[in-house]
Amino acid sequence: MKVLMFGWEFPPHISGGLGTACHGLTQSLAEENIQILFVIPKADNHTTNDGVKIINASSIIIPLREDHYPPETQREAEAATKTSNVITIVVRSGLQPYNSPGVLSQQSSITQWNYQFSPGSLEKVKNETHVRYQFTGGYGPTLMDEVENYAKVAAEISRQSTFDIIHAHDWLTYPAGIAAKEISGKPLIVHVHATEIDRAGENGDPRVYQKEREGMEAADRIVAVSQWTKNIINSKYGIPAYKIAVVHNGIDPKEKMKGIIVPPIGKRIVTFLGRITHQKGPQYFIDAAVKVLRKFPDVHFVMAGSGDLLPKMIKRVARLRISSRFHFTGFLKGDQVDKIWTATNVYVMPSVSEPFGISPLEAARAGVPVIISKQSGVAEVMHHTIQIDFWDIEALASAICNLLQYESLAKTLIHNGEEEVREITWTKAATAINRIYHELTD
Amino acid sequence: MSLQTKANKRYLNLYFQVHQPRRLGQFSFFDIGTGRDYFDDDHNQIIMHRVAKDCYQPANLLLLKLIHKHPGIKVTFSISGSALRQMEVFAPAALESFYILAATGAVEFLSETYYHSLSCLKSKREFYAQIKMHDDKIHKLFGVRPVVFRNTELIYNDEIGRLIQGLGFKGIVTDGIERILHGRSPNRLHQHPEKNLSIFLRNYRLSDDIAFRFMQKNWSEWPLTPTKLVAKLDAMQATENLVTIGLDYETFGEHLKASTGIFQFLEGMLAKVAKHKTLEMVTPSQAISLIKPLDVLNVPESISWADENRDLSAWLGNGMQQDAFGSLIKMEAKINKTGDPRLLNTWRYLQTSDHFYYMSTKDGDDRGIHDYFSPYASPYEAFMNYMNVLSDLELQIENRVRDQVHSEYAKKTEFLTPDELKKLCNDQSKWKPETLTF
Repeated sequence: MKVLMFGWEFPPHISGGLGTACHGLTQSLAEENIQILFVIPKADNHTTNDGVKIINASSIIIPLREDHYPPETQREAEAATKTSNVITIVVRSGLQPYNSPGVLSQQSSITQWNYQFSPGSLEKVKNETHVRYQFTGGYGPTLMDEVENYAKVAAEISRQSTFDIIHAHDWLTYPAGIAAKEISGKPLIVHVHATEIDRAGENGDPRVYQKEREGMEAADRIVAVSQWTKNIINSKYGIPAYKIAVVHNGIDPKEKMKGIIVPPIGKRIVTFLGRITHQKGPQYFIDAAVKVLRKFPDVHFVMAGSGDLLPKMIKRVARLRISSRFHFTGFLKGDQVDKIWTATNVYVMPSVSEPFGISPLEAARAGVPVIISKQSGVAEVMHHTIQIDFWDIEALASAICNLLQYESLAKTLIHNGEEEVREITWTKAATAINRIYHELTD
Repeated sequence: MSLQTKANKRYLNLYFQVHQPRRLGQFSFFDIGTGRDYFDDDHNQIIMHRVAKDCYQPANLLLLKLIHKHPGIKVTFSISGSALRQMEVFAPAALESFYILAATGAVEFLSETYYHSLSCLKSKREFYAQIKMHDDKIHKLFGVRPVVFRNTELIYNDEIGRLIQGLGFKGIVTDGIERILHGRSPNRLHQHPEKNLSIFLRNYRLSDDIAFRFMQKNWSEWPLTPTKLVAKLDAMQATENLVTIGLDYETFGEHLKASTGIFQFLEGMLAKVAKHKTLEMVTPSQAISLIKPLDVLNVPESISWADENRDLSAWLGNGMQQDAFGSLIKMEAKINKTGDPRLLNTWRYLQTSDHFYYMSTKDGDDRGIHDYFSPYASPYEAFMNYMNVLSDLELQIENRVRDQVHSEYAKKTEFLTPDELKKLCNDQSKWKPETLTF
């Protein structure tokens, strides 16, 4: 079984759960003897993955042959090029690698977590017969163009490679998946890790919604990361339920860090960790903190992560006069997250709409008791958690107070949570995916 | 009159447990100290109405009909005080139907703790008080005093046996599990190792055939019929002369809805047994007068009828349950000190085993049963809610004690002597001495 897989992120270059999920899943699929060609927009020497062949879309050279694209596609691409004010860099001799400027500075920006579609730059390496696209692989201003070009590269890759099935992760890669399906005639799976409905409620970007819907409609099977997501796909995208399979994400085991390795801000810490965006419900965490502080004035709250709502949240905390007990860390990477877990007494994920949510699993694995919103996919597999409605600030504050007050509650949650999380594995997810591969190809 | 065991006779004791806990309402951490009610009696009323309509009344009516038709039918009830009281308040017609049934003389009532509590494990004083309260209630309602005891969830050990015999009971019911029988049959009347106390062992296999496997279509013996059940009784060895079948009364019409045919099964089974030549139905007190217990039963460790383990782990299996129960029991002295019957009654309703049952975090088949009974979304919510209530009760007790000390002080027209002052301070640790130093 050979799978052509399209992704957007891969460790170590990740911004959220998508890269982590793709990594975990492909590793376990490789163990089931599935051969995977994993295409990502931009790879470097750090991108390694045992048993999985990584294809760097930025290194694919596409011959400029008219017959590969219908003329109208060409014209549309040119029109788009003009209207979106694209700077085209033409390199006549050879194919030099081109490092796009500003990628690093963009990544450290606090607003990088939401997609942006304002006019920006798109780079293309081109001579008379060939073209090569330089992808940023981020979520910057040129995203929509990158998605389109990624699909062109995907078409070329599917011409050059042999495979049995196509598997595309999230809307950014759905056009690529569709292109590969049209050229190869192989079945397409679209794997929904998140939808625009989760990210932005009813106020999402219609272009993103459209791409998601096209992908779902073109797919032979849709994999949703939870029943929660399946319901959204069914009700908001009009996809019949029988076409959608639920495969929950997993997590790999990892040793707990010993000792407390963070600045000594307080004896008891309640943590929010995730993108600071509408989807993650950061304001509910802050409002609950106010209530908790009335009962426990010495508790400290940490909001770890970054996102477009960060400035607003800082202002909110200041207005509520709780800044002395409330800390913003910015985006945390790798072992910084593990360090935060060592000091955390309660982890809260008050997401408004969370397709899955890997952080609660990481918290449980690290021995932290977990409160999650009922509006999350992970609630379907983590029974040893406290589950609240994201909007129910009173219930959230009450749960935090209970965990701080009653040691036996925290201990029981920690103990059972650690045991439970051991059973939520990528191996299980891979087995389910493998079954779907066979259903579609046999 | 001394009755002799008739040769080739096999006695059958069928008892039904009737219980409804008084369930708590939502009580958040921020409700502590606000004086909000603990119990969701609206919800309790809805449940009592439903169970009375679907189970207690139709089942009692059926039994009444059958007893008139077949005088050999004898049944036994163990009704918790918590259920009796809720029936009294919310469904008096159901209570009346028990009264009518009791008047046939074919019915015996067992003793238990009024609050369906775990008091046997921690407080002898509470255990005794609640048994007395229950038996007084039974006497008041049905005009009889129970002589055989059935502890909450069949919890039993040798020490409980001693206590119960000390209170004058002739017998006790517990579960006939392998761990205590060591290969012997449960279908005999057993005896406490030291005391003159008969022990009835519930045949859990036959009981579970009805309660759990009646609707289990993948069970090899499905469907269960009265004929099959009686055949099992007939197939027993001659020495197995007393079979005890114990069921939740709610099995009939509540756990298993009427549409499953469970009432027809009950009717068919009772009619068959009543007509049977060698089977004879008895109540526990009749069994004690008919059968001389010869088998001694040692139960050093607590057993019960709950979960696969059939021990105390359904209520005290995890840290939360132990913490909650320990916190509850710790309040005993303070509660008694207030002398406030309302607070005492509330505290006792919080002893009902169901509250702890909801906090179980067990997996597997057990979890399904715990979930079925629990009004909470998770054991953690059950614990949080319960602990918030307990914290509030603790505050109420402290306030009450403080009020008492204040009023005692206010009654004094003269200055306190140093000794009185000292005593006052010692009596009430919450009374802050600095307030006396003005």
